[in-house]
Amino acid sequence: MTSATARKMNIPRAHKNRTVGDWTIMVLLIIGGLIMLFPFIVLLLNAFKTTADYNASGPLAWPHEFSLDGLVKFWTRVNYPEKLWNSIWTSGLVAIFAVILSMFNAFALGIGRVKGRRWIVLLIMLANMLPQEAMLYPLYIMFKEIGLYNSPWAIVIIFTVIQSAFGTYLLSSVYGTFPKAILEAATIDGASRWTIFKDIVFPISKPTLSVMLVFFFIWTWNEYMIPMAFLIDNSTQTIPIAVSSLTGDRLMDVTTTAAASLISIVPTLIFYLIFQRTLSRGITSGAVK
Amino acid sequence: MSATANTKKHVQDATAREKGMSRIPGSPSSRFWLYLIPGFVMLLWIIVIPAVWNIYLSFTNYRGIKPPTFAGLTNWARLMKDTTFWTSFRNSIWMIIAMVVIPILLGLILSSLVFDVVQKKFGPKAASTMRAIYYFPQLLPIAVASLVMGWIFRPENGALNALLEAIGLGNLQHDWLGKPDTALIFLMLIMIWIQVGYPLVIFMSGLQRVDPELYEAASLDGANWWQRFLAITLPSIKPEIFVVALTCTIAALKVFGPVYMLTKGGPGTSTIVPSYYSYVQFFQSQQVGYGAAIATALTIVIIIVAVVFTNLQEKVAKEDEE
Repeated sequence: MTSATARKMNIPRAHKNRTVGDWTIMVLLIIGGLIMLFPFIVLLLNAFKTTADYNASGPLAWPHEFSLDGLVKFWTRVNYPEKLWNSIWTSGLVAIFAVILSMFNAFALGIGRVKGRRWIVLLIMLANMLPQEAMLYPLYIMFKEIGLYNSPWAIVIIFTVIQSAFGTYLLSSVYGTFPKAILEAATIDGASRWTIFKDIVFPISKPTLSVMLVFFFIWTWNEYMIPMAFLIDNSTQTIPIAVSSLTGDRLMDVTTTAAASLISIVPTLIFYLIFQRTLSRGITSGAVK
Repeated sequence: MSATANTKKHVQDATAREKGMSRIPGSPSSRFWLYLIPGFVMLLWIIVIPAVWNIYLSFTNYRGIKPPTFAGLTNWARLMKDTTFWTSFRNSIWMIIAMVVIPILLGLILSSLVFDVVQKKFGPKAASTMRAIYYFPQLLPIAVASLVMGWIFRPENGALNALLEAIGLGNLQHDWLGKPDTALIFLMLIMIWIQVGYPLVIFMSGLQRVDPELYEAASLDGANWWQRFLAITLPSIKPEIFVVALTCTIAALKVFGPVYMLTKGGPGTSTIVPSYYSYVQFFQSQQVGYGAAIATALTIVIIIVAVVFTNLQEKVAKEDEE
């Protein structure tokens, strides 16, 4: 009894058993973390300043008064809600489509073990390896031909293929270790390949699929070169393109740019905080039984 | 002796029976081709056709207006003698150091410190906060990260110069990204800042797989932190290290956004990279054929790296099984 309570009490105490070394490491990690966040801190300091204030006291000073001028200026000038919506629906659709496409590919490669699968994976990975500037001319001509140039749908189609390359690479190795006993049991029950695919493989690999979903969403959201080349109309642009267009805009002052950068990262930040837990479960969690 | 020969024969029989079979009993592999059709059609359209088209363009003279005319090996001959092209690949090596080597080393140290010390002594909340902080730059669109960094390092009114002024080191002020002596180093620092969270997150998720009893047993045997790191941590997250190394190396060879937004390859050619160089040829000099040759050369290098990598990965995986 006493030893049991002692053991119980030991658990939180072991937690607090911090040595000087532990504290040193913690302090070093916090200093490193501050360096990582330094640009973000500078953004926060300047996003709510007036231009006059910035010109007078520089980027490191505390704002004299709280001002939303920069934010409002950016919001109305680029029509922020429109850009936000463009980013959300293109990135969302890419994430969903790319996960589905990766599943089909990986089912054939990892579970179906089709012949020459190593070379097929490499061929699919070409989508990841080909530099994007090499695709611009041909894709431009092809998409113009079918009337999808300057359409966000072009972004959806192109990035579904690009993201699914990494998805296929990851998922086919996960499916390669898919528990055989489950597949055998399903066969005995008379399940077809399609039933096994949608009723067994899909639900069991959900943890890995949700990590892929989060990655694909953030990656597509942050893409730069192809959206810049394909979305020339103001109304079709995504958030990163709208922000980067400010650099060339002489009318935009530093505080507006800071406000714009800050507000453009809020959506991904919220998205990350919501899906933190999914990420921590790990990309290979489905592989380990 | 005959017993081993017998089992060997047995194994061979089994593999022969399994050859051409899927992991679903009674389902031959050939039946799974159907599932590859959507992926193949999309891949053909978006990737394969543009890639082949690009190779074709590299053998032509094309200024973007009149139809391309065949130019044979002119572009390729020019490429071999072009010092800017070779400089761009030399800078790629610096990018690999900044985007692969250093982030992986830092990621290994940070992830095992966060996992070993922060998680155990300061609780899981502190650990996940730490992870989120270091992962933060990965969440930024490259356009935004570059914009902010360019502004921090800019010569007039930049935050770094203001900081130096504030602590009395005003004479160290510099045009960090605009002068040839510091441009490459600061571009590299920015890339390290952007990249380090990616290995950290992936390594930490890999570490969760490791049986904690292994560490306890090693501690009881008197192994110190470094010995445990080498004997347990490193081998158990080997698959993650390979995935990170390959994806980051490809990203480093292809890097474009930060260079385009921060330095435009300059000053001079001090920060030029292949992707940016081919972009300039494609869209600024209107030398589409030559741009295509650079892009094709880059693709070939990336494919070679990927094949070598996956071969190595397979070899290591096989050695581990034995």
